[in-house]
Amino acid sequence: MAIDTTVLNILQDLTGEDFSARGDENLFDAGLLDSMDTVQLLLALQDELSINVPVSEFDRSEWETPNKIIAKVASLS
Amino acid sequence: MIDWQPYANPQYFVVLLAALVPLIIGLYHGRRLHIYETLASLLFIVMMFTGTKWHEGFALIGYVVFQVALVQGYARYRQTHNGTAVFVLAVLASIAPLAVVKLTPAIAVHPSILGFLGISYLTFKSVQCVMELRDGTIKRLPALSFLRFLLFMPTISSGPIDRYRRFEADYAQVPTQAAYVEMLGRALRYLFTGFVYKYLLGYVFGTLLLPQVAHAALVRGGLSWPLVGYMYTYSMYLFFDFAGYSLFAVAISLVMGIDTPMNFNRPFLAGNIKDFWNRWHMSLSFWFRDFVFMRVTFFIMKHKLIKNRIRVSQVAYLINFLVMGFWHGVTWYYIVYGLFHAGAIIINDLWLRYKKRHKAQLPHNRWTQALAIFITFNVVCFSFLIFSGFLDQLWFSPMHH
Repeated sequence: MAIDTTVLNILQDLTGEDFSARGDENLFDAGLLDSMDTVQLLLALQDELSINVPVSEFDRSEWETPNKIIAKVASLS
Repeated sequence: MIDWQPYANPQYFVVLLAALVPLIIGLYHGRRLHIYETLASLLFIVMMFTGTKWHEGFALIGYVVFQVALVQGYARYRQTHNGTAVFVLAVLASIAPLAVVKLTPAIAVHPSILGFLGISYLTFKSVQCVMELRDGTIKRLPALSFLRFLLFMPTISSGPIDRYRRFEADYAQVPTQAAYVEMLGRALRYLFTGFVYKYLLGYVFGTLLLPQVAHAALVRGGLSWPLVGYMYTYSMYLFFDFAGYSLFAVAISLVMGIDTPMNFNRPFLAGNIKDFWNRWHMSLSFWFRDFVFMRVTFFIMKHKLIKNRIRVSQVAYLINFLVMGFWHGVTWYYIVYGLFHAGAIIINDLWLRYKKRHKAQLPHNRWTQALAIFITFNVVCFSFLIFSGFLDQLWFSPMHH
């Protein structure tokens, strides 16, 4: 599966919301994602795309919108 | 005589800013005067530990030698290996001096000879480097860069706690003239606000009012109105004193061309406890979030130690705030303070989940928002009453009256 659909699916699982048309929404400001969710996100990326994202890699400003997450994941895979 | 403790009195600023003038001129013209900066920083650090504090100075030197050797050793090891046991040992070794210093008062009469002002904050920086070396987000860690980060003078004694990669990126480049002028403008504003916070409001609450309410509360004993007064007065003092201090540290960093992160963002306007920890002593709470909370949850979930996600977060909060409590010191009130905040944030999470499920039925307007801020403020002030240690004096100390 393509990276963007996988990421969007993971985000939908975590937040219960569909971000396919809301790629630039700030997930942290809106309170849609918290530290727990981000850990789950990192684990899901490991399971589903087998890319290893260490916790230190997680700088909020680089992961704050669905589009940024997709770009970051693409750069790491 | 000027007091060489960082930001202790207005004279200190005069001397410090005068010493920084060559740096300011250099940065304004696009140059970082490395050698001058190093010498000036070292001079101010040495002066902090002169007089009766000389033994702390030796403790600092010993500490720094140990941490540099440890972190350099681990960085070298990490280039070719990645054993979990070695990583755990490196983290434990890095924390060991601080642990000794924190535990000593609980078991001995004299404070530990390893202690010095700022050891906690240096430990945060050192542990962080070990963890990021493990994760591979720090790949190279030259000894000099590590030392510069560890001993960055404006923040050496009480933070804010910076991150190595952020600091190093700042240091590696010189701000453009326009950017530097903007930084100086911010520095000036922070200095001014800091003066109002620390020397005016902090003084009023901490030096003028606090001893009076403390005395009244001790005379009355038990639960009394003066005790409630103490709670609010101490909370105001704690905020204005520490926020003022942090503003000074950020301002001096800015003058030196480093954008040290801010520590406070109007914490008493927080609408819940989670929000509060995103606004209060931010560099510390974010450090705990990134290096304790997230790692604990990651570990538990990866190894499926606990199935239920909510339970995972509760356990992680408990560990997170207990560690924070112990970090403040090994006394009952710091540990209870940690547990209190863990409990508060767990209840907060339960409430947030309830609110999500009952969105339609629950009112949401500026009155409920004001109520949320009011409740959060009082919960926080109560936690600071625990934190202050005043209850220990009130209940367990035979000395008063």
